[in-house]
Amino acid sequence: MSQRFGWMLALMLVPAVGFFFIFALGPMVAAGYISVLKWDGLTPATYVGLANWRELFSDSVTGHAIILTIEMMVISWLIQTPISMLLGIFIAGHQRYREVLSVFYFLPLLFSTVAIGLTWDYLLNPNFGLLNALLDKAGLPGLAKNWLGDPSLAFTTMMFLLAWQYIPFHSLLYQAGTRQIPTVFYDAARVDGAGRLSQFFQITLPQLRYTIVTSTILILTGSLTTFDLIFVTTGGGPGYATRILPLQMYITAFPDTHFGYGSALAVLLALSGVGLSIFLLKVTGFSRMESQMEGM
Amino acid sequence: MSKRGTLSRRDVLKIGGGTAAAMAAGGGFLRRAAAQGTTSSSSSVSGNITIWDISTGDAQTIVKNVVSKFNDSHPKIKATVEFFQNDPYKQKLQVAMGAGNPPDLFFGWGGGILKSYVDAGKVYDITGKVDITRFIPSVMGPVTFGGKVYGIPINNVQPEVFEYNTEIFKDHNLTPPATWDDLMNAVSVLKKNNIIPIALAGQNKWPGMMYNEFLTDRIGGPSVFNDIVANKPNSWSNPAVIKASTMVQQLVDAGAFEPGFSAVNADLNQSSALLWSGKAAMQLMGVWDYGTILSNEPSFITSGKYGTFPFPKVVGGEGDPSNLYGNLSNFYSISNASKAKDAALVFLQDAVLNDYAIDQYIALGEVPPVIGIDAKLKAAQHSDFLLMVYNITKQAKNFQLSWDQDLPPAAAQAVLTNVDQLFLKQITPQQFSANLDKTITAS
Repeated sequence: MSQRFGWMLALMLVPAVGFFFIFALGPMVAAGYISVLKWDGLTPATYVGLANWRELFSDSVTGHAIILTIEMMVISWLIQTPISMLLGIFIAGHQRYREVLSVFYFLPLLFSTVAIGLTWDYLLNPNFGLLNALLDKAGLPGLAKNWLGDPSLAFTTMMFLLAWQYIPFHSLLYQAGTRQIPTVFYDAARVDGAGRLSQFFQITLPQLRYTIVTSTILILTGSLTTFDLIFVTTGGGPGYATRILPLQMYITAFPDTHFGYGSALAVLLALSGVGLSIFLLKVTGFSRMESQMEGM
Repeated sequence: MSKRGTLSRRDVLKIGGGTAAAMAAGGGFLRRAAAQGTTSSSSSVSGNITIWDISTGDAQTIVKNVVSKFNDSHPKIKATVEFFQNDPYKQKLQVAMGAGNPPDLFFGWGGGILKSYVDAGKVYDITGKVDITRFIPSVMGPVTFGGKVYGIPINNVQPEVFEYNTEIFKDHNLTPPATWDDLMNAVSVLKKNNIIPIALAGQNKWPGMMYNEFLTDRIGGPSVFNDIVANKPNSWSNPAVIKASTMVQQLVDAGAFEPGFSAVNADLNQSSALLWSGKAAMQLMGVWDYGTILSNEPSFITSGKYGTFPFPKVVGGEGDPSNLYGNLSNFYSISNASKAKDAALVFLQDAVLNDYAIDQYIALGEVPPVIGIDAKLKAAQHSDFLLMVYNITKQAKNFQLSWDQDLPPAAAQAVLTNVDQLFLKQITPQQFSANLDKTITAS
């Protein structure tokens, strides 16, 4: 009996495992193989051993890219989590107007990243853009900066654009998480005399624990691998100001035609992503799936 | 592989008046004879061909019309053309070449980039298969390697000149600068009057590269870059290159370019928009921009505000002030992976720069690299501009292809990245040369 079950189980796992092998494991192995070659995509490749890896660890541009990526992960979390959480909890209320507002706020999620990038590029254009025009008219021409063209500002601007794009998604997560909280808790708390702030810190936040963990994992791994918005808006520039690791990987592989080095960066990225996910799952106890509703 | 040395010398565009006259007389006869030879056999060729192009605006309309007229007159062949943006196109082509699924005909600039595809066996040798006598001989330079022809010109000669707003200049008592010092003076006058002196599309990097190209040539002459293309060690550290980089940074320090220039994109015409909207007084750009302005803001040209002057000379420099940088033309080449090579050849013979196309490009203010069109240019609507382009091209002692097209792909990319950093003052002129010296491969 158990043998048949074993067979059936294996069979049902085949599509998922197959998918994983073909689209995840396969490319990783291929990238690892290419990382020991010197190849320009056009002429035959030559084996160069660990030369690309040595270059990776001594290249200052890559070092800068790694630092930028870590900065981006941290700052993205710091910007997106509080705002998403507050928004999500706000939208979770059942009042009519809140649900209407949530529809509008959901819109950025529906836009393609390319459209978002191009539109913001125009809006932030230092000479023709809407933002600087409005600041001028509002009597604040000093604030009208070169948002995407100033190397010292471009990175911060990108953080905000990424936040604009992804906060709607995370606020949805928090909305769903908040709606799950049984109202009994709040009733009991009010009976015990807890005020709004207390209720937030004692009930809402702990109950949202796994939503916070999910959202955090998504923000951190998402920031580690985000590519499209930055590529369309600044292309990694000006100079190297927004060249995070995924962009560095693309630029070395394709325009610079150093596929070997780019593949080494790809492997580094993949291992970092996997490592980060495992670390987060362990540290937050997510994998244990403890219930938050003991005593119910 | 140092055949690149011979390539650069062939990038000289020389049109003697006598040559033109002689060819005009004899060339017409040759052309008719050759055309008769191919049209009789071309009617039996069939196939589907895809073409990748990057033309925009009115130039794109011309390409589309040429293709549809070709399809009408050649019922057995179906040609489809796809358009891409300039910078993404370069990537897309590279990937397609490597993956083995390029289009039948692809747009290009010739030079080292095309040569890298030729060396990898990806481009079809069309020597003797297409009549090239109708083109200005020197334009064939960037597509001829080892005596074999790998592409034909398809649109216009594209030297780079300074465009300027004649009205702004008049209002501030400025005349087109003849020397570099005159240019710096004009920059400071305009800056004092709160006008952007020069528009620059810094995001694409090649617009900035043009300053390095011209200054290096004006200071040290064509031999400086010829050495670089010939892979001579440390050729990037030539004093002319370093002096040019220094002058570039002086220009940046003088505030010549619009604030935020490193985010301004040429593919979206953002820098030209500064010119035609009157916000910027000058722009160093290829002459294709005339067509762009015609497509977007024709009143700027028709009202007489549009003017041009050649890149100023540098006092004490060795380079001839008539020397030009730019693209000698754009070309179509046939991929070796194409399954419809004969149909593609027919397209090159019958559709590219045929009489219809020539007339259309002239009407757009572009000079096709074809012999015997002097009369047409004089009679055209934009004859002043056309004759200017034609004449500076004829008179140029040396016409060098843009660095990022003439160098092999990896070196070209390194040039663009370093130019970007130079303009952003993130590296010194010495570091610029040192970084680029590293890309010279002894081969």
